Amino acid sequence: MSARQATPSTDDITTIIAPLTDLEGPLLPMLHALQDQYGLIPDTAVPVLAETLNIGRAEVHGVISFYHDFRTNPVGRHVIKICRSEACQAVDGGALGKRVLDLLGLDWGGTTANGAVTVEPVYCLGMCACAPALMVDKTVHGRVDEAKIETILQEVGA
Amino acid sequence: MKIYVPCDSAAKALGADAVAAEIQAQAAARGIDITLVRNGTRGMIWLEPLVEVEGPNGRIAYGPMTPADVPHLFGDETECDTYLGLTDDLDWMRRQTRLTFARCGAIDPLSMDDYRAHGGFNGLERALGMGAEAIVDEVKQSGLRGRGGAGFPTGIKWDTVRLAHAPKKYIVCNADEGDSGTFADRMIMEGDPFSLIEGMIIAGLGVGADKGYVYLRSEYPDAIATMTRAVELARAAGVLGASVLGQGPAFDIEIRTGAGAYVCGEETSLLNSLEGRRGIVRAKPPLPALEGFLGRPTVVNNVISLATVPVIFEKGAAHYADFGLGRSRGTMPIQIAGNVARGGLFETAFGMPLGDLVNDIGGGTASGRPVKAVQVGGPLGAYMAPDKFDTPFGYEEFDAKDALIGHAGVVVFDEGADMLGLARFAMEFCAVESCGKCTPCRIGAVRGVETIDRIAAGDASAVPLLRDLCDTMKDGSLCALGGFTPFPVMSALNAFPEEFAAQTQEAAE
Repeated sequence: MSARQATPSTDDITTIIAPLTDLEGPLLPMLHALQDQYGLIPDTAVPVLAETLNIGRAEVHGVISFYHDFRTNPVGRHVIKICRSEACQAVDGGALGKRVLDLLGLDWGGTTANGAVTVEPVYCLGMCACAPALMVDKTVHGRVDEAKIETILQEVGA
Repeated sequence: MKIYVPCDSAAKALGADAVAAEIQAQAAARGIDITLVRNGTRGMIWLEPLVEVEGPNGRIAYGPMTPADVPHLFGDETECDTYLGLTDDLDWMRRQTRLTFARCGAIDPLSMDDYRAHGGFNGLERALGMGAEAIVDEVKQSGLRGRGGAGFPTGIKWDTVRLAHAPKKYIVCNADEGDSGTFADRMIMEGDPFSLIEGMIIAGLGVGADKGYVYLRSEYPDAIATMTRAVELARAAGVLGASVLGQGPAFDIEIRTGAGAYVCGEETSLLNSLEGRRGIVRAKPPLPALEGFLGRPTVVNNVISLATVPVIFEKGAAHYADFGLGRSRGTMPIQIAGNVARGGLFETAFGMPLGDLVNDIGGGTASGRPVKAVQVGGPLGAYMAPDKFDTPFGYEEFDAKDALIGHAGVVVFDEGADMLGLARFAMEFCAVESCGKCTPCRIGAVRGVETIDRIAAGDASAVPLLRDLCDTMKDGSLCALGGFTPFPVMSALNAFPEEFAAQTQEAAE
C-alpha cells in the first residue's frame, strides 16, 4: 500500500506488469503487483492487461471481480480483517467483529471517516488454536480481547 | 547460550517478536553471549510463545512467555511459573508420532544445514537412485492418501501422470488451506519449508515433471515469505535448478499467491486460478492428472501429502505404512482448535478415537463448560456430538458416521454453541464462496439460508424442505463446496433437532 496515484498512465502500468509477462498464467501475479503498488486495481490497468495478454477487457474485469482480494475502490490506510470462521466463532469471534464495527460505527467493508482504517471479513487466518484472530495489514493477532482491540485501533489511528 | 523463539505466525500473533526482542536486550545488558534461533512452532499453540533454552540434557521449554518473564531465562530455571521442563519430555510431545512434522519446531526453518542434520534430503538422495516407476511404487506401498481431504491414493494419482504422454508435466501444490480449524499446511511451510520442496522434487522425479507451483493463500503472508526465501536458498544451493542436487534432471518451483477465494482450494478451480482465470470449477473428466495446468498432465497434491513424501523415502514405505488403521495408513497431523483448553497440532497414527483427541489431548473446552459438538474437517465437515466420540480417526471410519476427516481440523464448541446459527453460517459461507458454475451450489446455498431463517421464524414445514435441498446439493453439485455443505447442516439438524424445533414451539405458543 504505497503511492496512491489516482490514475496511473499506460506507461506506469506497463512498467509494473512487463517483468511478469513471461510467467505461465501471469494475470494474478500482475494484479497483485498492481494492487501492491496502488492499493487497488486502477481502471486504467484493465485495457493494458487485456492488450498485453491478448484477452478481452470483460475477461480481465471478470477475474478482478471474482476474487475477494482485488479492489477497485480505495480503502483506508490500514485494513483490519476479522476472521468470521467457525473456530473463531467457537470463542465468541462473532462478538469481537461486532464490537470493532460498533466502536468504529462501520459495517463490513466500511472505512472510517478519517480514512485510517477499513474493516473487512476474512474466512480463516490459520490461527484456529489461538482464536479469535484478526489481521492488521499483514500482521496477525491471536486471542484478541477487548484490551487488544483498543490497542490495535489506537495504533492504526482509527 | 542458545535460545529458540518461534517465528511461526501463531507464535508471533501471541507476542513472540516482543519476547525475542526482550531476550536480546536482556542478554546484552547482562553481557551474555547468546545465539537466538527463530524456529518453527512445536505445535503446542496454547503454550506459545514457547521459548526453549538449550541445556546439557536437551532443550528446556518455557511458556507461554511474556517479555516480563524473560529475566527468568537467565536465572534459576525452576523458579518461574513458565518453566515446563525438557521439551521432549512434555506429554504432548511424547505421545505423538511425528513423521511429517519431525523437524518442525526443532530447526531453523531456513537453515539448510539444520535441515540436512535432521535427515533432510536423505529421501531425495534415495529417490535419485531409483527409476520413476520405483518411486511411484514406493508411494503406493506407503498407503499415503491425499491429506487435503479427499483421501485419494497419492501413488495412483502419480502413476496416472507418470503414464501420460506429454511434452510437459507439472507438480502443483495446493497450499490454499482455507478450512477453518486447519493450520497444518501453514505450520509446515513456516516451520520446515524444505520438506515441501523436497517432496515436490521427488514427485517431479516420479512423474517426469520439471516444474512445480505452490498455490499459497494470500491470508498467509508469513508462509509466503518463508516459502519464497526457501525456494531461493534451494536454488542457490543447487537443490533446485538445471540439475537436482547436481545428479538429477531439472526441477524448479514457483510460489504463487492466491486472492482470497475459498473455492480455489478445490483442485480444478485452483488450476484455473493459477492460469489467471476466474476460479471456476472444471467438470471432471478430464482429470487434472491428464489435462491439468495449461492442459498438461498435472499432479495436484496438498502440502501435507507432499511434505510427507521425504520421510517415506527416508525411512521406507513399509515404515510409514506400519502406522495407522484399516485403509488409513501412516500418521495424520490433527489440528485441535476452537474452544479448547490445549489447542495445537498433534501428529499421530490414524486410529485414535475422536473423544480422546478432544478431551484427553485437547483437555476439553477452554471455557470449562461441557463440549457440545466438534466440527471435523473444516466448514464442509459434519458436527459430531459426544455420542460419536468413540469414532476412530480414519477416512472410512468417519465416512461410516456420515462425517469426514477432511484436512483433520477439529473445532471444539462448548454448550453455548448455537447449532441453528452454525447451520445457517454453513449455507451463508457456501453462498459467499460459490464459484457460481453449478446451480445446486449457487442457488441452493442462498435458498438454504432463507429456509433456515424460516425454521428460525417458527415455520416447521421448512425442515423437510431443508432436508430435500441438502439432498439436491449433495447429489447435484459439481464439487465439494456445494456437495459437502449439507454435512454441517444435516449433522446439526440430526444431532440437535430440538434447536430446529424449539423456535417452532415458541412461535406456536
